[in-house]
Amino acid sequence: MANFFANIAGWVNERAPGMMPMYRKHMTEYYAPKNFNFWYYFGSLALVVLVSQILTGIFLTMFYKPGAATAFDSVEYIMRDVEWGWLIRYMHSTGASMFFIVVFLHMFRGLIYGSYKKPRELVWLLGMLIFLVLMAEAFMGYVLPWGNMSFWGAKVIISLFGAIPWIGDTLVQWIMGDYNPADATLNRFFALHVVALPLVLLLLVVLHIAALHEVGSNNPDGVEIKKKKDPVTHIPLDGIAFHPYYTVKDLVGVGFFLIICAFIIFFQPTLGGWFLEYDNFIPANELVTPAEIKPVWYFTPYYAILRVIPSKGLGVLMLLLAVLAPFLIPWLDRGAVKSIRYRGRGFKIAIGIFVVAFFFLGTIGAGKTTEWIPELFGANADLTFIENAFGRTLTAIYFGFFIFLWVYTHFGYEKTKPVPERVTTHA
Amino acid sequence: MLESTSIQSTLRTRFVKFLWVGVLAAAGLFSATTRAEEGGGMQQSMTNVGDVVSLQRGARLYFNYCSGCHSIKYMSYARLAEDLRLTPEDVLASFAFTGAKIGDQIVANMPADHAQTWFGKAPPDLSLEARAKSPDWIYNYLKSFYVDATTTTGWNNTVFPNASMPNPLWELQGVQIAHRSEAKAGSESRVEKLEILSKGKLDAAGFDETARDITAFLQYVGEPAVLKRYGVGVWVILFLVAFTFLAFLLKHEYWRDVH
Repeated sequence: MANFFANIAGWVNERAPGMMPMYRKHMTEYYAPKNFNFWYYFGSLALVVLVSQILTGIFLTMFYKPGAATAFDSVEYIMRDVEWGWLIRYMHSTGASMFFIVVFLHMFRGLIYGSYKKPRELVWLLGMLIFLVLMAEAFMGYVLPWGNMSFWGAKVIISLFGAIPWIGDTLVQWIMGDYNPADATLNRFFALHVVALPLVLLLLVVLHIAALHEVGSNNPDGVEIKKKKDPVTHIPLDGIAFHPYYTVKDLVGVGFFLIICAFIIFFQPTLGGWFLEYDNFIPANELVTPAEIKPVWYFTPYYAILRVIPSKGLGVLMLLLAVLAPFLIPWLDRGAVKSIRYRGRGFKIAIGIFVVAFFFLGTIGAGKTTEWIPELFGANADLTFIENAFGRTLTAIYFGFFIFLWVYTHFGYEKTKPVPERVTTHA
Repeated sequence: MLESTSIQSTLRTRFVKFLWVGVLAAAGLFSATTRAEEGGGMQQSMTNVGDVVSLQRGARLYFNYCSGCHSIKYMSYARLAEDLRLTPEDVLASFAFTGAKIGDQIVANMPADHAQTWFGKAPPDLSLEARAKSPDWIYNYLKSFYVDATTTTGWNNTVFPNASMPNPLWELQGVQIAHRSEAKAGSESRVEKLEILSKGKLDAAGFDETARDITAFLQYVGEPAVLKRYGVGVWVILFLVAFTFLAFLLKHEYWRDVH
């Protein structure tokens, strides 16, 4: 048997001699720092979710019927009459939210360990592009079940393009193919969601990883391991082969991650309305507006920025800037030290405040503050005023972080600690 | 010897660390979902969809009191028979009053255009009511009808004010009346308390049970997979725990030579 496989490998090698070197370059001879910690699980987890979304998505398309008259019914058909259809659908809906959780944590890792800094700016930019495409992919996927929140969410989000001067209204109609989100909208979103955007996403992921493997991975110490190599083998002294060391380690992370996913899929598939919203179990109805139109949780921080700024044009602009601002981080941060372990106190405090502000922006976008404010300040409190004041402060903090980062590092206010020559811990 | 104990102790601390992560994640999930499920001042329905007898009672009540007006079009009689462990003959004899066949969808007896004239609004399909509104909402709604001479049906409801639906269960619950607060300047009169004026066939506990059975039935109708997913989920998680533990041992074995 072993002989049989060796023969096949030999046969392939003869015809494609570049294949094995490529495998070695990216797996068995890709040397990653040996001190990866908890934060380094989320890249491989994102890949696992991506594959799972593609596979479950393929099965869903076998039964889903795009179209305003058929979409909702076909989703219920999947949930009830397709063998294990409910499982496939819950895996896909849970996967969408888990994708964002994993990606947010992955981006946060990049922030705290300075993984966006030279020479990894391209890795960061490609990652940000993935995030952008993922947002579009998630939004269009959310419209497909054609529940009432799908419809109204689509209406609100697409109407944002109407804020563009001169061409806005025409653009909105062009996107929808109608005067409202309708059959035509649903069909084109289906095409984009299942064909166009996944292709773009896959390509970007390949480029993201390829760009990473050119420069090598950063690590919790922010030390460049390629600077200290074994004189004979030329392997970084602090590097270990990605396969098998990190493949087996990531397997443990995948196991833990899947346990959490399974809890949600089997015991709390709507996660109390956070992963599947209750209003989306009502078919799309352009005559009945949901009590509160709000996006799924992962868009809520950005949606909050739109919500607390009264002028639509300015709100949309700020929303766009909020999504795009992280693209600039590699050039805003002029600090020489990568890892938060050796950075100045100001950086640590700023990033803490930034995370808290992002979280509370999310609570505004999800409509939570609308419930909390009367409880905290009494029923007669001016809800809009308090919410806007709170939200605008948080928006200022959100953007303030990026400005602070530049001022703090450009003018040399940061007092850093000495960075060690070699990595300090090993997992 | 010394080395092996130190390896065991690092193994142990490492695993304890992993367990903590798991426990914290589970706690986070739990608090997120329980908080989200707290309804504003609503009683908990305490349904048990795993209790097939409760579902059968709920189905019987549903077909006696609800199915005249409300469809559950995503369900078929056949599926009902299978899931509720009833024979197709039983289901057709006791539930299908319109001469439906076993494979048919369960639709209301009342034609929709008549419903429109009688109630001003066609009664909604209830297939997904428990998912859109929550089981607690249904449970409380069924218990919150009171007589109100100002509405066209003569009934009103505190959970869903001015609903165009009369109380179908009044002969079981009895007739409920509302005690209202006095209307003051600036605030309208509100319903403060509901009270049974004349008794029905059931006492309070018996009617709670009735409302609970109907709620459980609609919860099942909203998601028939609910009967299956808990059972499957337990096995999937047990498998994943075993898998993760093995992966952890494998990782530890491979990482022995990383210093």
